Amino acid sequence: MKKLLTGNEAIARGAWEAGVKYATAYPGTPSTEILENVATYDEIVSEWAPNEKVALEAAAGACIGGVRSLCSMKHVGLNVAADPLFTFACLGVNAGAVVVTADEPGMFSSQNEQDNRNYARHAKVCMFEPSDSQEAKDMIKEAYTVSEEYDMPVLFRMTTRVCHSKSIVECQDRKEVADKPYEKDIKKYCPLPAFAKGMQVKLANNFKQLETYSNTTPFNYIEDNKSEIGIIGSGVAFRYAKEVYGDKASYLKIGFTYPLPMVKIAEFAKNKKTIYVFEENDPIMEKEIKAAGIACIGKEKLPTMGELTPDRIRKALLNEEVSTIQPNPEMILPRPPAFCAGCPHRGAFYELGRRKDLMIFSDIGCYSLGLMPPYNATDAMICMGASISGGHGVQKAFDIKGDYSKKVVSILGDSTFFHSGITSLMNVVYNKSNTLTIILDNRITGMTGHQQNPGTGFDLKGEEAPIIDIEAMVKACGVKELISIDPNNLEMMNDAIEWGLNVEGPAVIITRWPCVLKKLSNLDKDEFPSAFKNFCTVDVEKCVGCKKCLKSGCPALAFDTVNKKSGILKETCVGCGVCAQICPKQAIEVEAR
Amino acid sequence: METKNIVLVGVGGQGTITAAKLLTTGLMEAGFDVKMSEIHGMSQRGGSVSSLVRYGDNVQSPVIEIGSADIIVAFEKLEGLRSMEYLKPKGKMVVNDTEISPLSVVIGTNAYPEGILEEIKSKIDCRVMSASKMAEALGNNKVTNVILLGSVIKLMGLTEIDWESIISKNVKEKFIDINIKALHAGMDAA
Repeated sequence: MKKLLTGNEAIARGAWEAGVKYATAYPGTPSTEILENVATYDEIVSEWAPNEKVALEAAAGACIGGVRSLCSMKHVGLNVAADPLFTFACLGVNAGAVVVTADEPGMFSSQNEQDNRNYARHAKVCMFEPSDSQEAKDMIKEAYTVSEEYDMPVLFRMTTRVCHSKSIVECQDRKEVADKPYEKDIKKYCPLPAFAKGMQVKLANNFKQLETYSNTTPFNYIEDNKSEIGIIGSGVAFRYAKEVYGDKASYLKIGFTYPLPMVKIAEFAKNKKTIYVFEENDPIMEKEIKAAGIACIGKEKLPTMGELTPDRIRKALLNEEVSTIQPNPEMILPRPPAFCAGCPHRGAFYELGRRKDLMIFSDIGCYSLGLMPPYNATDAMICMGASISGGHGVQKAFDIKGDYSKKVVSILGDSTFFHSGITSLMNVVYNKSNTLTIILDNRITGMTGHQQNPGTGFDLKGEEAPIIDIEAMVKACGVKELISIDPNNLEMMNDAIEWGLNVEGPAVIITRWPCVLKKLSNLDKDEFPSAFKNFCTVDVEKCVGCKKCLKSGCPALAFDTVNKKSGILKETCVGCGVCAQICPKQAIEVEAR
Repeated sequence: METKNIVLVGVGGQGTITAAKLLTTGLMEAGFDVKMSEIHGMSQRGGSVSSLVRYGDNVQSPVIEIGSADIIVAFEKLEGLRSMEYLKPKGKMVVNDTEISPLSVVIGTNAYPEGILEEIKSKIDCRVMSASKMAEALGNNKVTNVILLGSVIKLMGLTEIDWESIISKNVKEKFIDINIKALHAGMDAA
């Protein structure tokens, strides 16, 4: 049966066909839909983990326990999960295990562009790299066979274009595989130094055998077009190369990319006048091919940053400039993402942005947008959870310098707090910091498209789950000063910030209001009966056109430049009332829908 | 056949992804090789969005290069202007005459540019449609995307495909009729 699937859907389908029984992930663009699709198969126990390290450890455990397991994450997630990955590689597997890393050449929704093919080399695990959805499905199935045959977890590199592009996939049925018995084997599963030395030797031997596999697997194939130009390519870069060169070049497509098929590469390179290496981001294959004494052209001409799209290949190698019809550049306004109308983060950032006495350390989530106008609130961001620990460090530096002109506020969301904010908050308390932490609890993991988390009351399968209470967690970390508020109430928000900045020691504000795009659960409906049931209108008699309401940055507002009055788009507005509280003339009314 | 390229652009929440899904499903069922690419993530929050659809005998790249689109369907006029460089020299554009303000306009930093449609029409072969108004007249502004889809189907010569059946299989039952009406309204207006 043929289906049009994204790469992420194809991975889910492939895992199901391969008899996978356990899958886990923390959401992150572009990987999120893998687990969302896995969860649609009844045969696979599927879970959202609080972070990627937990997910990878749980997948490793399920594999040791005897069932095929999958875990997936975005590229930076593998940094979080790197610790278990390296040692899991040494232990090896019982049932097969595959770790999917979704890299982001072009950084559409990420803070960096790291190339996780480096992790395969660093952690000593083998790697597959599909170039479209059919390959994603076929390779994931093969990856389980390789994992079990060569006794190691397999790293599976996707990129945004492969994750989010749809192409046609021939689907098959699920093939059940026998569960593996679990037997106690401390030499295999306990990496004490005495045993770990043996594990390293075993890993090296398995790698030797994988070199043979790499030279013979059909996923590394030659397409001979009798050309003097030879192209070695992996991932979607191979598709881009074919788009540009068609049958004017011969190809060596590498789908199993670590260890590289060096014998096949040497054979392919014979009788070729020029060899090009097409790979996105780092010159990894290129360096290994050059180190083997095979001349090739790669990153000296091709870009190391961003996607290696056909137009960039044409420009770099063929000096082809495409003629295009250009619009008048003065008419082009950028359209960056913005907080939605009714977003519960608006009140917090409106109040924070008005103050000049704060150093605001933000985090990874929709609230990253708090750095943009009109709020201009945020000072710094690093990675998941760094708002609290990074903020702690900044405050320590201010204290050491005796500089009291600014006080540190750390700000992050509920899912990010569960991910890695808790240990950071312990650090704040334990090391006697005096930062103010604001946890924006919007009852969901928002930015990645509404995934459940330990605080929401539901699991990945949509079933009811115990709620981890953020307030109780904060108290358990030793925080004495804590309040919970409605972020849409600006006076309350402002008072809370003022309070938090003036208490002795660390303080925490939890704002609690659901994401406007969330499908409200019955729990939400009970707790927030008025949520999104209103809309605002402007009384044009009272409006003086001062534009203060526009400082809320709400996309439901529209200023009438002819009549010099504010207006509100009824279809977009959900009646949070933030603009009404800002208006100095009380010209905005909240009405029930 | 040579691979054909269709670009759909709009603002997050306008239904470009759904339109692209219907389009690619129909193309696959008609026997074409199909690839579609889109970028989601942060752009969902009111940012610019695009779906790239390619079909033919054997499609390699999922992305459409600048200067190579056979047709661009713009769900919003500023997005139409922004995407112009993707068009082939003799390509066509369908523009919905709707205006959605970027945040810089909302907060009063910039004014929404005037004369966008005139600028587009002066440079390329462009059809302006009032798809949002047509959708409201049909009774649901959410079918704007299917009206625009109908116009692309007509302009790309794809009317032989059984689109009514594709819609019936892929939208909720109570919305099938209005979507089929929208499809034909779009085809007729193109």
